[in-house]
Parts: sequence; structure tokens; C-alpha cells
Amino acid sequence: MSAGQQTSMVSVFTAIVRRDVRLAWSQGGGSLLALGFFLIAVSLFPFGVGPAPQVLARIAPGVIWVVALMAAVISIDRLFQADFEDGSLDDLMLAPLGTFGMVTAKVLAHWLSTTLPLAIMAPALGVLMNLPDGAYATLIASLLIGTPALSLIGSVGAALTVAVRRGGVLMLLLILPLYVPTLIFGVGAVDAAVSLTDPLPHLALLGATTLIAAVVGLFASTAALKLAME
Amino acid sequence: MHRFANPAQFNRLADAILPWAIGAMVLLFAAGLYTAFFASPPDYQQGESVRVMYIHAPAAWMAMFIYMVMAVASFTALVWRHPLALLAGRATAPLGAMFTALALLTGMLWGKPMWGTYWVWDGRLTSVLILFFLYLGYMALWQSVEDEEKAGRAASILALVGVVNIPIIKFSVDWWSTLHQPASVIRLDGPTIDGSMLLPLLLMAAAYQAYFIVVFLWRMKLEINRRKLAVARQAMMHAPVGAE
Repeated sequence: MSAGQQTSMVSVFTAIVRRDVRLAWSQGGGSLLALGFFLIAVSLFPFGVGPAPQVLARIAPGVIWVVALMAAVISIDRLFQADFEDGSLDDLMLAPLGTFGMVTAKVLAHWLSTTLPLAIMAPALGVLMNLPDGAYATLIASLLIGTPALSLIGSVGAALTVAVRRGGVLMLLLILPLYVPTLIFGVGAVDAAVSLTDPLPHLALLGATTLIAAVVGLFASTAALKLAME
Repeated sequence: MHRFANPAQFNRLADAILPWAIGAMVLLFAAGLYTAFFASPPDYQQGESVRVMYIHAPAAWMAMFIYMVMAVASFTALVWRHPLALLAGRATAPLGAMFTALALLTGMLWGKPMWGTYWVWDGRLTSVLILFFLYLGYMALWQSVEDEEKAGRAASILALVGVVNIPIIKFSVDWWSTLHQPASVIRLDGPTIDGSMLLPLLLMAAAYQAYFIVVFLWRMKLEINRRKLAVARQAMMHAPVGAE
């Protein structure tokens, strides 16, 4: 491969990432919706379980993580679908980058535009949920490490259901079980910080989960997408 | 392997195996249930409740075993485009879901008198529950795509992704030391269970295997015939007028 070709691959990759991030934040994009959902769904819990500060502090890590998971899921079902419907997915798959590169770019864009902002917004929700002071750094760290897995695993579901009419609910059924390890280690880390023990082992396992998701998820999404476009 | 890609050949093979498998299944279930419920001692701690284990543990083994069969079938279907492998995956999934549900339910019934609760969120129980969801997702995906070939291959991809869960189930009792006891039969230094209890356990496991083979072959034959019917129907619809 010549140097010129390589530069063009990189520029195609960055072009797809920029395009998807811009689309996610523009009119009709899903990122603001996901963030709004994150905020509103978390703030429903104090109404549901009562505003007692100790109760909220106890459930805060779990609630924030579970709702982040849901927010990721509701935003990711459009990952390939919008492009599939208007036909641009065909073009993207034929581009010199190849399907694998395109999937990687789109997953990266979803992380940058949607799940990473969830991690950035989480401390504000920690305040609402009365999260103990010492746990904020770990909350952010766990979400930073764990959110790529949400986008990666979600992309498998999005690719598998891209051609299915009303595939959204089916996708929930397929990927929520696969989110469980991420959830367990993510909440485990924050819980450890709340109870003043070492969160590092949990964060390491969370990182391992994300790496496995990267290896398995990208290949599986690519295969599923190729299958759907046949 | 591609010798069995011919459905007629597969059907012949299945017909040859089935009578033997059915006979073995009946005998093994009779022997297994008899030893499990009558000819084995009650446990010194658990009393008669230990008998639930003879239903429960082999069902849990089958739940994982069938998932691996499904995964291998999926892999074969995706890589070699083996025509019967898709059908094999489809035939195994409900069986796996059934054994998983059986393992979960008997575990709950055993847990109530022994642990004092039907359900705890420990590593083993949670990962088996996820296994059950994976079976459901696999079947749902098969159902939801109209083109059967595509549906099957999409479901196969999902099945392969879910394989990650199998080692988690196996080692969950070692990684998280919680309520569910660690392995006592399948372990490197040999079984730590008494022979009088090992026998019914192994008989039941063999009976489940025979049951799996019987129902699997039945379902495969059913799938093949359904396929044949669909092809015949299509041929009839597209036949030129007056061709009969």
C-alpha cells in the first residue's frame, strides 16, 4: 500500500467519524435525546424510592450505570439504520476503507458523540443522587473505561437488526444480556469507592471487558453488516 | 462432513440411530430416576433434598453443552456454509433453553429449603440467567428476519458472540465465592462426590444426553421436511399454467 493510499484511508476514516458526530448532534440526531433521557430517568428515582439521602447514596452507582446503559442502547439502534434506509450504507461499505474500518469509525463516532458525554455528565447526576464525595473520580473513571464497551457491544445488536422492521426492541433483547459484565464491574468499582476500598481491581476487569468487546464486537458487527447487505 | 450435507443421507442416518437412541433414553431414564429417588442414600446435611441435585446438575451441564453444540453449528454454518448446520443450530436452541429453565427452576426449588431463598444474585445464577436470555435472543432473531437463510446466519453471529458467557458460567463459582457450591464432579483432581451419589448423577446425565439426541434428530428431520415442503410449494406456484 502506498503512502498516498494510506493518507486517503485515514482521511476517509476521520471523515466518517466527523460526519457521524456532526449528524448525532444536529437536528434529528440522537445524542441530545440520550443525554436528556439520562438526566430525566435518573431524576425519577428519588421520586420512586423517596428522597432519603442514605437510600439515594446507596443506590446511586447502580442507578447511574443502569440508566447510562439504557441511554446507550436507545441511541445506538440508529447507528447503521439511518444510513441503511437512505442507501448511503452501501456507499460507505464500498469506500476504500472497507466495512471493518467503517464500522470502527462509526462506533468511535458513537462513543465520542453519545456515550462519552454520558460519562462527562454523570457527576451532575451523582449530585442529584447524593453520591458520596469520594466516589466521583471513580464514577468518571469507570464510565470512561466502560462506555466504549457500550458502543462496541451495541454495534453488534445494531448491525444484526439493521434490516429488521421494528428492530429496536429485538436489539434490546439481544444486547442487554451482553452488557451485564460491564455493568457488574462498573458498579463494582464505584461501590468499592463508596465503601472506601480499592476500586482498582474492578476497573482493571472493566478494562478487560472493554478490550474483549473491542475484539469480538467489531468483527461480529462487520460480519452481521455484510450479511444484512447481501 | 459434507457427506451429511445431503438431507436424504442425513435422514437415513437419523432413522438408523433413532431406535437405538430411544431405547437407550428409556433405559437410562428408568435407571437414573430409580437410583436418584430410591436407590441412593439421603445426604447427611441436606437430607432428601439432595435428590433435586440429580435433576438439577445434569440439566445445568446440558444447558452449557447444548450452547456449545449450537455455537459449533453456528460456526460451521458461517464458515463453511454447511446447509444443515443452520438447521442444526435452530434445532438445538429450544432444547438448550428448556434445560436452562429446568436447571434454574430446580435450583430455585432446592434453594428455598437449603439457602432459605429461591434466588440470590450470585455469579453462577446470574450467568446462567444470561445464558437463558441468550437462547431467547437467538430464537427471537431467527423469528424476526423474513429470509430464513439470513435469519439463521444473523442468529449464528449472535450465538458466537455469546460463547464468551460459557467460561464465565463454568468459573463463576471460583471467581466469586458466593452461595453456589464449587464443582464437585468435573474437576482436575477427580470427583469429590461419593460413589453412591455419583452413579445416579451420571445416569441422569447420560439420560439427558440420549434425550437430546432423540429430540435433536426429530427436530432436524422436521426442519428438513419443512424445507422440502416450502421448496415444493414454491415450485408449484411458479410452475407454468397447465403443467400438471
